[in-house]
Amino acid sequence: MGTGKPAERFCLGIESTADDFGVGVAAFDGKILANVTDGYVPEAGGIHPREAARHHSEVADKVLSEAFAKAQLKPKEISLVAFAQGPGLGPCLRTGATVARALSAYLGIPLVGVNHSVGHIEIGKLQTGAQDPLTLYASGGNTMVTAYASGRYRIFGETLDIALGNCLDVFAREAGIKNQKGTPLGAAVELLAAKGEKLVSLPYVVKGMDMSLSGLLTAASAALKKGERLEDVCFSLQENAFSMVTEVTERALAHTEKKEVLLTGGVAANKRLQSMLEVIAGEHDAKFSVVPQKFATDNGAMIAWTGALAYMNGLTTPVEESFVKVRWRVDKVDVPWVKTL
Amino acid sequence: MGENAVSVLLKKGAEASLYIADWHGRRVVIKQRLPKKYRPPQLDQTIRRYRTVHEPQLMHDAKRAGVPTPLIFLVDVENASITMEYIEGIQVKKLLDSICEADRMELCHGIGEEVGKLHKNGIIHGDLTTSNMILNAEGRIFLVDFGLGDRSEELEDQGVDLHLLRRALQSTHFQVADECFHAVLEGYASAVGADRMQDVLVKIREIEKRGRYVAERQQET
Repeated sequence: MGTGKPAERFCLGIESTADDFGVGVAAFDGKILANVTDGYVPEAGGIHPREAARHHSEVADKVLSEAFAKAQLKPKEISLVAFAQGPGLGPCLRTGATVARALSAYLGIPLVGVNHSVGHIEIGKLQTGAQDPLTLYASGGNTMVTAYASGRYRIFGETLDIALGNCLDVFAREAGIKNQKGTPLGAAVELLAAKGEKLVSLPYVVKGMDMSLSGLLTAASAALKKGERLEDVCFSLQENAFSMVTEVTERALAHTEKKEVLLTGGVAANKRLQSMLEVIAGEHDAKFSVVPQKFATDNGAMIAWTGALAYMNGLTTPVEESFVKVRWRVDKVDVPWVKTL
Repeated sequence: MGENAVSVLLKKGAEASLYIADWHGRRVVIKQRLPKKYRPPQLDQTIRRYRTVHEPQLMHDAKRAGVPTPLIFLVDVENASITMEYIEGIQVKKLLDSICEADRMELCHGIGEEVGKLHKNGIIHGDLTTSNMILNAEGRIFLVDFGLGDRSEELEDQGVDLHLLRRALQSTHFQVADECFHAVLEGYASAVGADRMQDVLVKIREIEKRGRYVAERQQET
């Protein structure tokens, strides 16, 4: 299985950094053959790492079989196993890593650890055709503005505290908005915000190229308790938070002078955020693109594709170095497959 | 007043456009904060007004603290524009990677001193990137763009200010970032004193750990 045409060689990718357990299959030429996800839905509150990890171990074999069936491949036709090595929740990461190590040993094929954030950027580039974008990656656990320079994705702006998706989720929970299977809380906030009319005054905190969202979350919850309409607070929260990330993204765009803007991560699904970024991209003559919905949230395909890229550039992860990295910043990862323009 | 014979776009930044103009026989920079179409007009106006009023005040305070900043000639709050002195010199961003190591260390030491003077006088710059520093022919370092600045004596705010400078060095001057920041801190200590510098340094570590996915946080807890 060491040689063969890229289209006939396949990487299986396992994603398990947070609440989703995902398995994807990517051919080495970039074709995605399968992308199956099973999400853990907490009964109340946020993600409990141990409960989520238990969910992952319970659904792992089912999701794997589905992915093989979808890709119409037998396990022995896979040339490589990739897994999200970090960053994320420890117990969840370890579950995915264990499945990956077992598959690699059983099939006698190489293992490659992938940085989850790099995965989001690479799947975005693959799906949209962006070559060298400035990327806003916004999800429940991450909010950063990155661009490639000299061997790595450098972080030009990021949140100083909580992530954008986290800010919206926690607000939704505090406001008593219920979690429905298959619908993220952020989507519920977006729907309510569309019915908002009044802009409630909330903090707007941009510090250099970074932003702070925790004070905004506190103030939004307080405004609701003071009797402001839920729709108005959702509207104001979104307007403030998205304006802040858009301002930071625009600053990074002016600074890096990139000609493409890519929006990726779970919050990429939000239409209002998309429209704001589209405006700044247009003003700086940059092409704007958004990762398609099914690759926006955490998924196995992005890990599979990034694993294939790494492997084709000579990178593998020996089992003894395959321990998970709970806090693994994107700017610590070499990405030798990215070619400078 | 405010009539400009010729104005040439110097830089279209993220937040404002900078024009070079002739203003009563002087060469000036006009900083115009244009409306941002992506934000709601009400929020946009509040932000632009606030920054247009505060930036010149902070630049004035900085001058009083002995930190070179452009002279302010005119502030037009309604149009969110500021007319200021044109500084002849080179952006530190364009210099830092190309000069020899000794010059680089001296420059960074100087930057640290200026930032130290600001902090000692209760001024936070708010956007310490090398794009916002201009070195003139006499070797003076001018700080510009105080739009995100603030007045504060808090260790927290001073720590964030320096943390942002370090992050700017890491993203834009990654080959020399560590040595540069070290020299900045030395210069900073010479302005605020070694004890205060230590306090700020401890705070910077705390701020870093608050961020997402910082390896050091895991090791210590």
